[in-house]
Amino acid sequence: MEVGKITWISGPVVKVRISSPLQMLEQVEVSDMHLVGEVLSIRGDEATIQVYEETEGIKPGAPVYGSGAPLAVELGPGLIGRIFDGIQRPLKDLAALSGAFIQRGFTAAPLSRETKWHFSPSVSIGTALTPGQVWGVVPETANLQHRLMLPPNVSGTVTWLANEGDYTIDTPLVKLSTVQGEVTCSMLQRWPVRQPRPIRERVAPSEPLLTGQRVIDILFPIAKGGTAAIPGGFGAGKTVLQHALAKWSDADIVVYIGCGERGNEMTDVLIEFPKLQDPRTGRSLMERTILVANTSNMPVAAREASIYTGITLAEYYRDMGYAVALMADSTSRWAEALREVSGRLEEMPAEEGFPAYLPSRLAAFYERAGRVTTLAGNTGSVTVVGAISPPSADFSEPVTQHTQRFVRVFWALDKDLAAARHFPSINWLSSYSGYRDDISAWWGAHQAPDWQDLGKQMMAILQQESSLLDIAKLVGQDTLPDMERFILLIARTIKEAFLQQNAMDPVDAYSSPAKQVALVRLLLHIYDRGRKIIEQGCPVGRLQNEMDLWPEIVRARATVPNDQPELLQELRTRVDAKLNVIGKDYGA
Amino acid sequence: MSADIPDRLITKLYRGVDEVYGSILGVSGVSGVAYNEDVEIRLRDGSLRRGHVLAVSEDKAIVEVWTGTSGIEPESARARFTGVPLQFGVSVELLGRVMNGSGEPLDGMALPVSDVMADVNGAPINPTEREYPRDLIITGVSAIDATNTLIRGQKLPIFSGSGLPHNELAAQIARQAHLKHSDEPFAVIFAAMGVRHDDAEYFRNSFEESGAQSSTAMFLNLADDPPMERILTPHLALTLAEHLAFDLEMHVLVIMTDMTNYGEALRELASQRGEVPSRKGYPGYLYSDLAALYERTGILKGKRGSITQMPILTMPNDDISHPIPDLTGYITEGQIVLSRDMHLSGIYPCINVLPSLSRLMKDGIGAGFTREDHPALADQLYAAYARVQEVRSLAAVIGEEELASADRNYLAFGEAFERNFIGQKQTEARSVDETLDLGWRVLSLLPQEELTRINTQDLKLHYVDKSVN
Repeated sequence: MEVGKITWISGPVVKVRISSPLQMLEQVEVSDMHLVGEVLSIRGDEATIQVYEETEGIKPGAPVYGSGAPLAVELGPGLIGRIFDGIQRPLKDLAALSGAFIQRGFTAAPLSRETKWHFSPSVSIGTALTPGQVWGVVPETANLQHRLMLPPNVSGTVTWLANEGDYTIDTPLVKLSTVQGEVTCSMLQRWPVRQPRPIRERVAPSEPLLTGQRVIDILFPIAKGGTAAIPGGFGAGKTVLQHALAKWSDADIVVYIGCGERGNEMTDVLIEFPKLQDPRTGRSLMERTILVANTSNMPVAAREASIYTGITLAEYYRDMGYAVALMADSTSRWAEALREVSGRLEEMPAEEGFPAYLPSRLAAFYERAGRVTTLAGNTGSVTVVGAISPPSADFSEPVTQHTQRFVRVFWALDKDLAAARHFPSINWLSSYSGYRDDISAWWGAHQAPDWQDLGKQMMAILQQESSLLDIAKLVGQDTLPDMERFILLIARTIKEAFLQQNAMDPVDAYSSPAKQVALVRLLLHIYDRGRKIIEQGCPVGRLQNEMDLWPEIVRARATVPNDQPELLQELRTRVDAKLNVIGKDYGA
Repeated sequence: MSADIPDRLITKLYRGVDEVYGSILGVSGVSGVAYNEDVEIRLRDGSLRRGHVLAVSEDKAIVEVWTGTSGIEPESARARFTGVPLQFGVSVELLGRVMNGSGEPLDGMALPVSDVMADVNGAPINPTEREYPRDLIITGVSAIDATNTLIRGQKLPIFSGSGLPHNELAAQIARQAHLKHSDEPFAVIFAAMGVRHDDAEYFRNSFEESGAQSSTAMFLNLADDPPMERILTPHLALTLAEHLAFDLEMHVLVIMTDMTNYGEALRELASQRGEVPSRKGYPGYLYSDLAALYERTGILKGKRGSITQMPILTMPNDDISHPIPDLTGYITEGQIVLSRDMHLSGIYPCINVLPSLSRLMKDGIGAGFTREDHPALADQLYAAYARVQEVRSLAAVIGEEELASADRNYLAFGEAFERNFIGQKQTEARSVDETLDLGWRVLSLLPQEELTRINTQDLKLHYVDKSVN
């Protein structure tokens, strides 16, 4: 329905003289090319609209069509394994319509109306259903049951139900009698992206999201339902780390948002993920991944929308009772999109030209993460990991500063580590995790009762190293006492054998929890024994040269397969043998 | 206006220029003008200026003039709205030609009949239609081939400083670049934004000497040309590159210099528009604007052609955190950073490998691409050279004599790495094998047990053990 005509255009922002009512944040279509837009403000008979596509060639006087509803995404089977743009247009379908370049005015339904899915009802006629309750299931992939839920605002009694069979997503499958009258549901539902999906209650995070990345799982862990930020300058390895998390985290579903980043990175994911195996299920990683790609050269307003599109998809699978991990790379580009649109609206800027509502928008986004009891009573979680690209790697800039207040894990990437090819370049002195206490019980029950302690001991060595290095910088390492030089030796080994992890190495890319624990224990064991020998007067040079297994210890991360952590035990036996020989001379 | 005449055939001639400030004109009493439409402004003396519609309301258009507003007299100037966005007539015949920053010929010949009229802003490539770049380009420069490998379809900028030999390096790369198993030539498109006459002349001579001139198109916006035109120049160059690569399936190398001048032109424009500035006065959309240029790189599925970009920028005051290098680094797939210290010690090319990076390297080297030992060798060279920096700063405090012998090994390695491995002649093109073998030779100045990034098998094969010789 036409709601008005354009009076003014500047980039992605247009003004409209409205002729029939529009609502705030309503989704609209602009001009006869039907470019998708969203209402930002209404003053008298003038509305301001941000347009999610390039506005070149649009003229004043062109019509604007209303939809009566806010910007929303389609939810249903068929989301997994697909790639969408920031407003959920399926990019593969767009390519079929408009070729290699994204042209304007082409639209395709996010979910296919032709594909048939195998539906099995899980209720029967006469069942009373409350909002969010599951009434049927569809196997979306070999390992994923897509649970068909009643929309959060509907409850009633089943009066009719389709038989088990193959249906398209828009076929009516269930009818309910509700207080508002009869309601029909299919597999397909819609939800406005800017509105968090309702839950019954939040529950405390208690389970780690195992990432297979040693420095994270042992030192700076994240919980399922937690929030983390990865700030880092260019080249520090944000994207490689985000990709590693998307590949190896033990989440049921991964939503990966490429927000204002490189086109080739999304292509890389599209090519690599289908070939990689989920270590838990043995199936292709693409069978649990949804991609939202709004690359840096795609329209900036859709970039702003992309993180809301992504998190709404994540919440939908959370509501089915799944653990969802969402990676947003990069939230800085999202903030810049916000700034750009704000500038066009001539709003009063706060810091660095960002609008004053930047912190509240960031808070609202990260607060959509969490471990929850769903409306239907299941437990599900959305874990959010946001990359930040601070200008000149300066963490005092607004996006990093505001984000730090709303996340509990901070993986600070370090340019110097990256330059020395220490990856992941997570700086152990400036990073932190607020989840260590929440998840230590889980580690205790499943992997290592002393997990909390292992991490603390390792951190203590690294902290001692840092202050010793300050001294060594002035006087040289050789003038330090043997014990201090031994600490430096161990710290260096910890860095090379444990903290560094090669994302390109087929073995090292993912470390199982058992291997991680075995590796820490090995290193701490060498530390303890070595200390005792040195206390008895052994020079550090002897430990360094006669115990000739150091290179093997450092290489163990890539040579010991995940399913054979016992090889580390064997290495430990050999280390002990060497240490026994040396120690004998000093009575240790 | 009859409804059945297509818009683009109607030329609308208006006189109503009623405002001029900076590079902006206000034109009143217009109708049917589209956002970002191309505009021609005819002056009293008959000369033409070009601009585009920056914003438009029902009766007024704000026009930004690319080539400067000096001499525009509101009473006599006439603005003609062309009905289409700015287009550039592209043709393979533009190879071998020299044009100014607005695409007008500088070599005294008429422009060829164009194959296609293309929108200079291009359109974003659908990520699902990209082919992931994997073919390595051998540049013959060790510091690039071994440690910062250039891949066909990559955007890899050179971060330089005033007075550093970035032009020489770019020209050497353009001259020597080839693929391992193919001698398909590159077409080179050279876009100069605000560069000095002698810099432009250097490139022109270099292309002529190497015989590449006939496969090179040059767009020259020189330092004394209108700053606004600098914004147009790379757009024209990339529009031509897309035509050659994706319509005609050629391999195209685009060299754009100097991106700092481009960014400054953008800042000048933004301040004239009265926009809210962000860092150092640059507009908040600097990232998106640069990305719209740099992302016009790559390979498409099912097409043989490719676009590889090598933007050059000078870092003001050698500051890598300045917004232009900073945002460029966030968009491009790595960077090659030149170092003034190395330049002063007489090393050419003065590539500082530590802050340099090629993000696409991982997929284009190793078994099947270069040599199996390449990834580990590159990794170890980096790690060892990073250690050299620590040792050097220690040596500066306590003196070289006081260093432990392990540390002295690192100093020797650092020296050999810079002089013999990175350092080479401007005319020297090393093969991949030569480069990698040289890498092993300098690495072998370190004892084997220091080389923990290399597996024992590779050490056996390649480590040059001096105690044996």
